[in-house]
Amino acid sequence: MNSPVTPSGSIWFRYASPASFYPLAGRLIPWFGAAAAILAIAGLYVGFAVAPTDWQQGEAYRIIFIHVPAAWMAMFTYLVMAFWCALSLAFNTRLSAMMAQALAPTGAMFAFVSLWTGAFWGRPTWGAYWVWDARLTSTLILLFLYLGFIALRASIDDPRRADRASAVLALVGVINVPIIYFSVRWWNTLHQGSTISMTAAPKMAQTMLVAMLLMTLAAWAYTIAVALYRVRSIMIEREALSGWVGDLERKAGPAAPTLTGATTR
Amino acid sequence: MIEWLAMGGYGFYVWSSYGMLAIALIVELVGLRRHRRESWRRVADMRAEHASEWAAGPGESKP
Amino acid sequence: MKPAVATGAFGALWWACQRDLRLAMRSRAELAVIVVFFLLVTSLFPLAVSPDPVLLRAIAPGIAWVAALLASLLGLSRLFAADHGDGTLEQMVLAPAPLQALVAGKVLAHWLATGVPLVLLAPVVGLQFGLDTDAIAVLVASLALGTPILSWLGAIAAALTLGARGGSSLLALLVLPLAVPVLIFGAGAVESYGSGLGADAHLSLLGAGLIVVWVFGPAATALAVRIAHE
Repeated sequence: MNSPVTPSGSIWFRYASPASFYPLAGRLIPWFGAAAAILAIAGLYVGFAVAPTDWQQGEAYRIIFIHVPAAWMAMFTYLVMAFWCALSLAFNTRLSAMMAQALAPTGAMFAFVSLWTGAFWGRPTWGAYWVWDARLTSTLILLFLYLGFIALRASIDDPRRADRASAVLALVGVINVPIIYFSVRWWNTLHQGSTISMTAAPKMAQTMLVAMLLMTLAAWAYTIAVALYRVRSIMIEREALSGWVGDLERKAGPAAPTLTGATTR
Repeated sequence: MIEWLAMGGYGFYVWSSYGMLAIALIVELVGLRRHRRESWRRVADMRAEHASEWAAGPGESKP
Repeated sequence: MKPAVATGAFGALWWACQRDLRLAMRSRAELAVIVVFFLLVTSLFPLAVSPDPVLLRAIAPGIAWVAALLASLLGLSRLFAADHGDGTLEQMVLAPAPLQALVAGKVLAHWLATGVPLVLLAPVVGLQFGLDTDAIAVLVASLALGTPILSWLGAIAAALTLGARGGSSLLALLVLPLAVPVLIFGAGAVESYGSGLGADAHLSLLGAGLIVVWVFGPAATALAVRIAHE
């Protein structure tokens, strides 16, 4: 495989190969998983036990603690996915493409959850399950972008060609993401304007903000853990005939019988 | 407790939301394990298929 | 017909555009279908919704735009499929002429053959739905700026799906989400004009989008075509 020569030298170079990244990912997963669980528990505690009732929306506003992190993760995961796609095109590396492939389903999941929770937040707050405002609608578009990426990958048989074609698609799609943000500012919308603003004072109570940020970090850690887990399955399948996969197979010893009767892990 | 679950009358909406998130997470995590098992099965099939083609025996690595 | 005589960028673009237009003229029936489809779809809405003139005037821009979007999808698979099938596309990849220019020529021809007719027929739809003259003008302007953008988005998707299973539904799945901003600003231009806020901002955004798509489109499409020939 083409190993890129980079200024940062050996560390990047070493972990750019699936064989060395596989065990590293395996070691990282429990840490990120535990972080996700702890952050989520903390966030939910602050969100439900500490944060006060909203005087306008009552208890219904507590959906925000999963709606906003999900919406944010859906958006941000797409950016990260596009970053890996860019790397895979620029350096012709397989692992970058596999990381993008691993991130897509989780991003789509968060987009869907964001839409669902947005609908169930919208109904008691604004009277309708679906309000065609810019933010909800652009998350729907984002979901379609994810599905298109996954569908394109699935429809191309050669994995390397699928890598490169879906990478181009992701990069074209990523141009849409800032346009989505732009249309939120452009349009006069029904949806609550961005309540986390870097410059303006937050419109929410401090505790609500804390809970939301904790949940966002939890979603981050979860996404990383899941993506690392998924990429390991992708790696062994795509590198099935490699020596390192064979070594792993032998080490695992006999387990459940497969379709052909051979035994593996 | 019941009062808390009722969420000031908004219980249906709050729990439908958190419930869907829980379902989505479970589906994803279960799917991860199934994916992994299927991948290992496919690895075994592919390697078994090629075992006869490797004259020098297993352990030949691809770049 | 090898592009041996045109190795400069504009020469290649012109050659590819001419060639595709000539081929398109040979299958005029296919182009007519796209136009008929456009008018058919717009006619369906009053039948499905209501003939109330006030309502129709309000939803006219959106309907015209959605119909144009769907009609433009129809012509997309033919953009690369024929050349891909007989190996001409591979020759273009290998040719000394810049692939980006050849691709740009094809997309320009595609827009001239399938997009421009829609722009020219927009006034008909406008009259169908009771739009006043100024609103029709804005609609035509928005389609004139937007349909070339749709051609480029479609070209990228068509190149990516060369040799992939899934056919035209996969193509639609890829193009439609990307086309949404164009749809929003295109239809929004007419609505904004109608509500007195003026269409300048929307049309400017469409114009900017058109420039962006002409800057990046050739590179992205050429890359996708190369990927399909690896």
